[in-house]
Amino acid sequence: MQEEPVLIVKNLSAVFPNGNGGLQALDQISFSVFPQEFVCVLGPSGSGKSTLLRILAGLLLPTGGKVIYQGSELDEPRRDIGFVFQKANLMPWRTVIQNIMLPLELDNISPADAERYAREMVKLVGLCGFEETLPRDLSGGMAQRVAIARALVHDPQLLLLDEPFGALDALTRERMGMELLRIWQARRKTVVMVTHSISEALLLADRVLVLTPRPGRIRLDFPVNLPRPRDEEIRYTPEFTELTRVLRGAIG
Amino acid sequence: MGVMKFSMKQIDQNNILINRAVNSYRPAIFLAIISLTIAAFLWWLISRLGNFPSFILPSPMDVWHRFVLSITDGSLLRNSLVTLQEIVLGLTLGVSVATILGYFLAKSHTFEKIISPYIVASQSVPIVAIAPILIIWFGPGIFSKILICSLTVFFPVLVNTVVGLRSVPEELQDLMRSLKSTRWQTISKLEIPGALPVFLGGLRVGATLSVIGAVVGEFVGSDKGLGFLINLGRGQYDTALVFVSVFTLILIAMSLYGIVVILEKRLLSWQQSSKDTILEHQ
Repeated sequence: MQEEPVLIVKNLSAVFPNGNGGLQALDQISFSVFPQEFVCVLGPSGSGKSTLLRILAGLLLPTGGKVIYQGSELDEPRRDIGFVFQKANLMPWRTVIQNIMLPLELDNISPADAERYAREMVKLVGLCGFEETLPRDLSGGMAQRVAIARALVHDPQLLLLDEPFGALDALTRERMGMELLRIWQARRKTVVMVTHSISEALLLADRVLVLTPRPGRIRLDFPVNLPRPRDEEIRYTPEFTELTRVLRGAIG
Repeated sequence: MGVMKFSMKQIDQNNILINRAVNSYRPAIFLAIISLTIAAFLWWLISRLGNFPSFILPSPMDVWHRFVLSITDGSLLRNSLVTLQEIVLGLTLGVSVATILGYFLAKSHTFEKIISPYIVASQSVPIVAIAPILIIWFGPGIFSKILICSLTVFFPVLVNTVVGLRSVPEELQDLMRSLKSTRWQTISKLEIPGALPVFLGGLRVGATLSVIGAVVGEFVGSDKGLGFLINLGRGQYDTALVFVSVFTLILIAMSLYGIVVILEKRLLSWQQSSKDTILEHQ
């Protein structure tokens, strides 16, 4: 790609204070993400994936190196970055539509407009008819759809997903992977997603970064040259199996 | 420190109890009427069979006549209004100070460490012991009663404000931060609604205690209010008047309690409902 990268990560390190010298979560990580690219960060637990994503969101400051987002250094959260957490993280006192409207409210967008945008998002994530439902009455998959809608409603440039389907059961997880693929194909955002599922990464990503366990370093920066648009069938092709084998080997 | 160690389990417990309180009390009212009637009948029976003099145990009829008398001479209403005024102002003052202080305690661990020893110490001294000092300092008028009342309200509201605010999930704080919310947006859209269930639990306790606070103040030194009326009745062996005053106090306390319960029902309708009685969580 010839375009300017949206995100440049330079020599990023993160150390957590921890008595004897500290716990090194990330060590000298560098990579770039280009517009409309879908990047998956893959690694075993404890490889600092979530730490990396929290730094990219501006929620955490790195102890070394820097993140350059759209030409300027990122040192605090930004409204044009959407974040989806491991848990759906909905406000239990707000209905589905009110939860989705939250980012717009914080931007002081008029309630009428906010509701219109939120209803569009409800349609996009396939939750029509559940607008007035409270989170306690939603299944895990539905709640995570709301979370995705909420992260997209204010039309961020960059979407960060922190193991968004990690808390779901295997079948729901697979279905949500397909859903996310569909949503992304409809709204081409730049995405960085953390996951520990190889098939999820291959299904969705243009590029996969494989991290080593503690401290997290980039072991492999791997382009996924599977044709787009992709669908469920791609899981059963020999190319997919071959790539799975390569990634599996890289994770170790 | 000491005050602030409350587990999530306790908070959950608290929430469950609030949920239970909010629901299904319409049949409870019907049952309450039946039980009150039975209690009044038993009371009448005991006073009748025991043949007690009226200044030891007045019969329900004696109390009723005393009630009618104190209504017609205006003394009950006049004194009730004084007590009610003390309660409302004391509650307002106590809840406001406790909520604001509680917010800063919940937010700053350093502040909490500086302040909480004093708060714990103040709680170990019974209010009856402080009341005379406050009356010496601030006079026998209404102001000292408001202070005493607000002091009794203060602690449960403070503790529940702190616990309520700390029960707001860290992840939701992160969400608000990732959306770059302002301080005020975080307070109004996350912290207030998030802390509300536990806070209202504290308010419910505080509302009932406020009645005690006002009466303690009046006991120690005053020439009006329901506490004064009780003192008066006791001094004159007018036990029926004591009963009338006590029942009025109970009525005030239950009304305040009911107001908070209605408030909870309104504000916490998003919480899971289950069936239970009003009083269970006391």
